[in-house]
Amino acid sequence: MLTMQVQNVPWLVIVITLPLVGSLLCFLLPQQAKKLGLMTAFTIAASLIGLLFQVLDQGAQRYTVGGWDAPLGINLYVDGLSLLLLLMTALVGLGISVYATAYFNRDKTVYYWPLWLLLWSALNALFLSADLFNLYVCLELLGLSAVALVAIAGGADALGAAIRYLLVSLLGSLFYLLGVALIYHSVASVDIIIVAERIDATPPILAAMGLMSAGLLFKTALFPMHFWLPPAHANAPAPVSALLSALVVKASFYILLRLWLDVFPLPQEVLGQFLGLLGAAAVIWGGVQALRQTRLKMLIAYSTVAQIGYLFIAFPLATSIAWKGALYLLLSHALAKSAMFMAAGNILHFGGHDTILKLDRVAQRLPLTVAAFSLAGVSIMGLPPSGGFIGKWLLLNAALQAGEWWWALVLIGGGLLSAGYIFKVVGFAFTQTEASHEVHHVPAAMQWTAFMMALAAILVGLIAPWPLALMDIGLPFEMVVNKGSNG
Amino acid sequence: MAFFYALTGVALFTLGLYALIIYAHLMRKILAINIMGSGVFLVLVALAARTQTVPDPVPHAMVITGIVVAVSATALALALMLRLLEVSGCEELAEEPKE
Amino acid sequence: MTEIRLQKRSFRLMLVLLLAVLASGLSYAVLSLPSQAAGLSASVAENIDASGVSNPVTAVLLNFRGYDTLLELGVLLIALLGVWSLSPLQEHGYTRPGAVLDMLTRLLVPLLILVSGYLLWAGAHAPGGAFQAGSVLAAAGVLMVLTGWCLGYRFARLPLRFALVSGLGVFVIAGLIMMCFSEHFLEYPSPFAGAFILFIEAAATVSIGTSLAALFIGSRPQLCDSSSSQAEEQK
Repeated sequence: MLTMQVQNVPWLVIVITLPLVGSLLCFLLPQQAKKLGLMTAFTIAASLIGLLFQVLDQGAQRYTVGGWDAPLGINLYVDGLSLLLLLMTALVGLGISVYATAYFNRDKTVYYWPLWLLLWSALNALFLSADLFNLYVCLELLGLSAVALVAIAGGADALGAAIRYLLVSLLGSLFYLLGVALIYHSVASVDIIIVAERIDATPPILAAMGLMSAGLLFKTALFPMHFWLPPAHANAPAPVSALLSALVVKASFYILLRLWLDVFPLPQEVLGQFLGLLGAAAVIWGGVQALRQTRLKMLIAYSTVAQIGYLFIAFPLATSIAWKGALYLLLSHALAKSAMFMAAGNILHFGGHDTILKLDRVAQRLPLTVAAFSLAGVSIMGLPPSGGFIGKWLLLNAALQAGEWWWALVLIGGGLLSAGYIFKVVGFAFTQTEASHEVHHVPAAMQWTAFMMALAAILVGLIAPWPLALMDIGLPFEMVVNKGSNG
Repeated sequence: MAFFYALTGVALFTLGLYALIIYAHLMRKILAINIMGSGVFLVLVALAARTQTVPDPVPHAMVITGIVVAVSATALALALMLRLLEVSGCEELAEEPKE
Repeated sequence: MTEIRLQKRSFRLMLVLLLAVLASGLSYAVLSLPSQAAGLSASVAENIDASGVSNPVTAVLLNFRGYDTLLELGVLLIALLGVWSLSPLQEHGYTRPGAVLDMLTRLLVPLLILVSGYLLWAGAHAPGGAFQAGSVLAAAGVLMVLTGWCLGYRFARLPLRFALVSGLGVFVIAGLIMMCFSEHFLEYPSPFAGAFILFIEAAATVSIGTSLAALFIGSRPQLCDSSSSQAEEQK
């Protein structure tokens, strides 16, 4: 009886409106912002469990907002792909929320919670939206809240990085919007399904494809449009860096993936190879730059640049296995990278600096933190039994099956580079420096959250069949096979 | 006539993009983004006039939404610029970090 | 001389060339569109009676695609939160307004408030609505700030935050209430649709006006009680 009730609840709407309401309450009652924020985080996670059961039972869901069906109104859509990303957001979001309760002081807490909850609602709305213009509004919501969170700390570095991030974000959104304008004026709709039905390879549509891809690539920081990412992710406060690397860059990647699978009309070999090439360049470039960094947070940020490159290797391969591999990498990267940034935040809080050369025996003094960093590093390197290993394994298989063995070389090379910079950090964590810095106590919440996130990155590799089966609900990857024949 | 305005929108978009890349002062970059935004909105609205009688209202609603978003983004950008000026004394972004 | 980033002539030339190619490509794409296209105007015309208003743009903005408007009110709130979260910007000293500004403000502000109310009402059947009305209200606020008015202490804390949040809050709560009675989120019940839209737009007007004025001020509003602002005037 209870399960019947649960199945009929519109979880889609709740998952979007809950963080909105939560952020408004946090803004209205700043004295209770921390408690309200944490409570909201837990309720969002709980309602996602409800959505999970609903989708497992009834399959992919479509919801017409306002009762008006597309093309006049806006539709929400959830299938395995969106659900996976929503669950990832909830898990990482929960960890970040707990971490943030211990991280921020009084003044900043008041602004952090409303901004973070609005960002979370933007993510949920984005992963559930099936309307191109609605996706634009969600992208702007996401971008502005991310920029505001980067600037919350206030130093000159953070402010400069925030402005650069804002300008690039707006540039990307405007490219995307121009593409949407051309699509709407060609096919008289902005709903993904309807556009996919009516679309044809005419000049306006091709221009729109190029514009939207370019805009989304700016936002996803694919090489060579990655220049804004390292300063923004490195200079933000630790929980903000975690959510930027783990979640925000993945949102625009998700939109690009949806467009690729569902909307863009041509068989996309040339464009796919081009994206794969840029991805390979990102992997190598990001890895090399990470090795050169002296600051820990910059190293982790460049590692993000490299890991994003891996995701794009799936585009030239374009088989179901390749997509699943990329998404598995996306998922484990989110968990591992948030753990790394949290660990870096702990180290920064502990010693007042994050210079790698001067880490001064943090391995003995912050064992939990260094363990978190190392476990996360295992996933980033792609060693078994972590989630990163599963993702790379799937991509390797896809590359060899398609006979394009050069992508396999890129994957292995990237793994070696990441081993290089991970071991560099772990090595210095054991060394002793001459001058000791004054130390501050790191709250238990911060240490344990970092560790739990890293543990989750490993566990996600052990439970591989379940997320892979989840991704198949609603058959999001089947479209590619059919699209090819339409071109 | 609608196409004339749409082409103007494309021209504004491209000019704004040029200014965004070329100029170093933040104020000019922010203005350039606004001009690009106006270009996109012009394309949306101009092509909506291709109907027989009443123009298509959906692009008009999209542009209203877009204008509010642009205003919010500009406000945030200007506040960040002013704060950066106070903190660092410099109105231009530091040279992009060496690649 | 304006500081130009790309100093080398050749780079600038290359950029101009690239952008010229982009512009021509986009122009070609735009010109390839059919010269007549109805878009969604037919669909809007069919359903406008059920929407509760007779202005098609308001119908699309508040009813058919109301979800977009809801999210956009969130964007405005984020900008405000972002601006407030930066430590207070330098406060500009109070300067006595000139006689013309002073006199005009006293004349115009009540007029602006009236016009704002009219635009809100007119939005149902003519161009107008929450955003237009809110902008005019914000203009009134800006004029007042320029003449040295500051918000009374009683109003600068919770009531101000309430006003800022009311647009988005009312929209979300109304949408959830509608979900209980109709079948979907933000599905207006047909006979009351017009009234609902007006109510939501009214809250949004207050919210938008307050947000835009607060964004103009740029930091948390100066706190003062009414007696000190009167003392200023008497100087």
